[in-house]
Amino acid sequence: MPVTIKVKSLTKSFGPIHAVRGVSFDVHHGEVLGFLGPNGAGKSTTMKMITGFLEPTSGTVEVNGFDVQENPIDVKRSIGYLPEGAPAYGEMTVKSFLNFIADVRQLTGSNRQKRIDEVVDIINIKHVIDQSIETLSKGFKRRVGIAQAILHDPSVLILDEPTDGLDPNQKHEVRNLIKEMSEDKAIVISTHILEEVDAVCSRSIIIASGELLFDGTPTELIAKSDRGDIEHAFRLITTSSADENRETAAP
Amino acid sequence: MSPLYSIYKREFTSYFVTPVAYVFIVIFLFLTGIFTFYIGAFFETNQADLEPFFRFHPWLYLFLIPAISMRLWSDERKSGTIELLMTLPVSITDAVIGKYLAAWSFTAVALALTFPMWITVNYLGSPDNTVILASYIGSLIMAGGFLAIGSCISALTKSQVVSFVISVVICFMFILSGFPMVLDIFQSWAPQAVLDAIASFSFLTHFTSIKKGVIDIRDVVYFSALIIFWLYVNVVVIEAKKAS
Repeated sequence: MPVTIKVKSLTKSFGPIHAVRGVSFDVHHGEVLGFLGPNGAGKSTTMKMITGFLEPTSGTVEVNGFDVQENPIDVKRSIGYLPEGAPAYGEMTVKSFLNFIADVRQLTGSNRQKRIDEVVDIINIKHVIDQSIETLSKGFKRRVGIAQAILHDPSVLILDEPTDGLDPNQKHEVRNLIKEMSEDKAIVISTHILEEVDAVCSRSIIIASGELLFDGTPTELIAKSDRGDIEHAFRLITTSSADENRETAAP
Repeated sequence: MSPLYSIYKREFTSYFVTPVAYVFIVIFLFLTGIFTFYIGAFFETNQADLEPFFRFHPWLYLFLIPAISMRLWSDERKSGTIELLMTLPVSITDAVIGKYLAAWSFTAVALALTFPMWITVNYLGSPDNTVILASYIGSLIMAGGFLAIGSCISALTKSQVVSFVISVVICFMFILSGFPMVLDIFQSWAPQAVLDAIASFSFLTHFTSIKKGVIDIRDVVYFSALIIFWLYVNVVVIEAKKAS
């Protein structure tokens, strides 16, 4: 499988704070990569650098062969991105918002309306299409955010906490959707829900305090725990590193 | 459809889906009326021109333009939609210009709705309509200057209120930069050349000939340079602060 996203020793510091420290990984076509880690671990920051919203302090990101700093527009064209919290223009209706995205993404001709209808159908937002986004529930806002991200059928999907705030049924739907789309895309999702990794991801990465601590399949992750429990494995990996940091910090 | 135009279209229509547009237009028309007829003494001067109407435009714009521009970028940063916008295949320059032109077009709509003023003066006498047209164009260009300042300032803060207040203060300094209250600050230490330069920044000076219907190429160059400068700074500010 061809490599779609290439992240090489990516680093980001905000003043004295090192949010991401030398993270490297590849994402292949057809893969669903799960980003795990405690809050503030640097997951969102890494995603923001891949999508070109943040500039890395050092390191490179390549998407479909384009360097995100040299060809930001080409990279942004091939990515569909759901930012954390699914921001959208609240005063717009779902319909006008999706039309705006279609405009900016330069979808034209008969394909345009067809694609909008298709996405509205897949994401199941038909009955709220004429409502303004600010009047929608959290779950629907999130769905509009996902609709916006997949509208141009991108080859790379970056979803920051796509199931956050959804009820169990909606979570199930979104997971199925991600699985269905995974065949012809490279997908990166971040999540707090560990069962989700097992359910949808073909690979998982754990980041804590800006460092990459684990990179492997969910099965390998579970194998890290002697109890065969993914949560236990996660705690084992993320807390032991915190202990090490503490030790090195206080010699 | 080019990305710049898509941004423009979205921004422009967004004015009209909220009450902002209507409130603004009503207040603008109401105030231009009051200034023209009461303070400008339109009837008493007994002249068939719109000088009393245009005379107060810099002062109306001082408060009303920052009210339009304050949300341009502050809102985008506060609600987080800037992350959406900046990860769409749009350059920052396109986004800045698109949003700016939308706000400017909106101002043009408000200005165009003062047409009853023009009808009134044509009904009462026979004014020189080319002078009136030139003044309208000049007023719109000046509004563009105020807007460029406001747009740039709104990129600096997430708070619309802060954006409004700072924009008013900076616009005020630009209006009065030819006057003692601004020049006195520089008088004691700056060389005469600097003082002259600052004095030449005054919106009022540049608007004086415009409101008489004379569009001087120097005034147009001045406002264009001002707009380009502030929009350029706007782009730089967004680049630096988009994620903070």
